[in-house]
Amino acid sequence: MRQPASLRLDAPERRLLPDGRAEGPMPWVLAIMLFLLILAAAGGLAMTRAAAGLGEGIADRVTVQIVEADPAARERGTARALQLLAADPATRRAARVPDAEVAALVEAGLGEGALAAEVALPAMIDVDLAGGAAAVDELRARLRAAVPAARVDANGRWLAPVADLVRLLRLLAAGLMVLMLAASAAVVALAARAALNGHRGTIETLHLLGATDRQIVRLFQRRIALDAVFGGAVALAAAAAVLLLLGARLAELQSSLVSLAALRPSSWALLAALPAAGVLLATLVARATLLRALRRGP
Amino acid sequence: MAGDVVELENVGLRYSDAGAETLRDVRLRLTRGGFYFLTGPSGAGKTSLLKLLYLQQRPTRGLLRLFGEDVAALGRDRLPAFRRRIGVVFQDFRLIRHLSAFDNVALPLRVSGTSERDLREPVREMLAWVGLSKRQDAKPATLSGGEQQRVAIARAVIGRPELLVADEPTGNVDPGMAERLLHLFDALNQLGTTVVIATHDVHLFGRAGRARLLRLEHGTIADPTGEFAHPPRAAALAAAG
Ligand SMILES: Nc1ncnc2c1ncn2[C@@H]1O[C@H](COP(=O)(O)OP(=O)(O)OP(=O)(O)O)[C@@H](O)[C@H]1O
Ligand SMILES: [Mg+2]
Repeated sequence: MRQPASLRLDAPERRLLPDGRAEGPMPWVLAIMLFLLILAAAGGLAMTRAAAGLGEGIADRVTVQIVEADPAARERGTARALQLLAADPATRRAARVPDAEVAALVEAGLGEGALAAEVALPAMIDVDLAGGAAAVDELRARLRAAVPAARVDANGRWLAPVADLVRLLRLLAAGLMVLMLAASAAVVALAARAALNGHRGTIETLHLLGATDRQIVRLFQRRIALDAVFGGAVALAAAAAVLLLLGARLAELQSSLVSLAALRPSSWALLAALPAAGVLLATLVARATLLRALRRGP
Repeated sequence: MAGDVVELENVGLRYSDAGAETLRDVRLRLTRGGFYFLTGPSGAGKTSLLKLLYLQQRPTRGLLRLFGEDVAALGRDRLPAFRRRIGVVFQDFRLIRHLSAFDNVALPLRVSGTSERDLREPVREMLAWVGLSKRQDAKPATLSGGEQQRVAIARAVIGRPELLVADEPTGNVDPGMAERLLHLFDALNQLGTTVVIATHDVHLFGRAGRARLLRLEHGTIADPTGEFAHPPRAAALAAAG
């Protein structure tokens, strides 16, 4: 009996309709929709992160190697190449990779101890270019002319199709989200109309007793909102379980591309907010549907 | 006339485009504070006429004025406020089956925004008056026809409406209870409510002294003296006093 005022005021209104949630599969269908919505969003977020990571990696990053057995000739070639690069307006940055790092890279590739002291390592220069593929080709031609031992590797070459794919997947995720939201809205509108039809007599009586459309809408809207909260909670729990499991599996792959796509805490917060947005959408759609249906009635 | 709560002029009602008129050429004025019995054979159109009064139907022709306002000009958004001034006992009760007797009776008060604290006592008293104190938590399905009817009456009068419209309100109760319910309508009438009761029960007529008898035949008011189309001033004053 001693409930807070807000609850007490709501209670009698709630009792105008039979207890329990709306008939039919609406809460579960909504749960499925929101579940897929969260997964699509997670995919989209992962792709966005990956695209950003790739973008940094492939932005005209070029590696120049001077492959020359004779150390003196190698140093000369490297110095000449650096000179050329410095003079080139397309060069944003050019820096020699310290020999120790080159050795570590090679060792990582070949296994520890694989390097005998006398094995000649190439000299490496990291270059950031402006101007895309054409600039890379031009640089390659000029370097080859001046320093025959120079080899130019454009990292972006093999990453570009990956980046395209990631972009496509991101679009797909966004498209799926829009479809999912539209389908959710349709389900809610159908459920709202079914609820009205199921209580036509009660609604007419309430009208004749002087109830306003808004009062009647509030009854149904509350029930649909509660159903949506249920669906949203189920969806969030299921999606979190799936994403955590998937995340653990992917982490085991230890691929740099996969790690790029790992979800940040801010992404998780965004995903958790989605079901809440779904509930809000459901409530608004229900309200609009109900008001319009009632206005068309007697 | 300013004192008329209900005014009908050449009103016709047709339920479907193809069908004949259920009500035709109805001319009628109900004076504020009046007490009216509406009688006539089954199918004459009593319920149809009452539906016009409580705004379930609108006339298909003619003029209907309620509380001095032309109903045809009433927007949808103004209907609730009008309906809250009218208490209705429906011929088929129209109790809400998910609600207890108490909640059904409380409904008009809740709809008009009365707080829970303020409505508890009046609803209990009203249920006591119609002899249903012990049944206040019962759902309509578990009530007898007479009990349901009494809940419907309690719901119609709880908000002290300006106009009470009752369709066969004593059809399901014994003569003793019928008299008690008539008392209730009479008491409400004394407080200023205009009362219209459709009934076949000839015994009721004599009980309410100030009551006037309206007879509906074949969808129109039999009014040979013209007293309902043009109520004499004296009668209006008597009814108001
Ligand atoms: N909703 C409706 N649709 C079509 N026809 C209707 C409708 N309601 C009533 N009628 C018809 O209108 C006529 C008058 O019916 P109404 O219910 O007004 O009579 P009544 O005088 O109240 O009768 P009773 O004494 O049996 O209650 C009847 O012929 C009935 O069939
Ligand atoms: Mg009838």
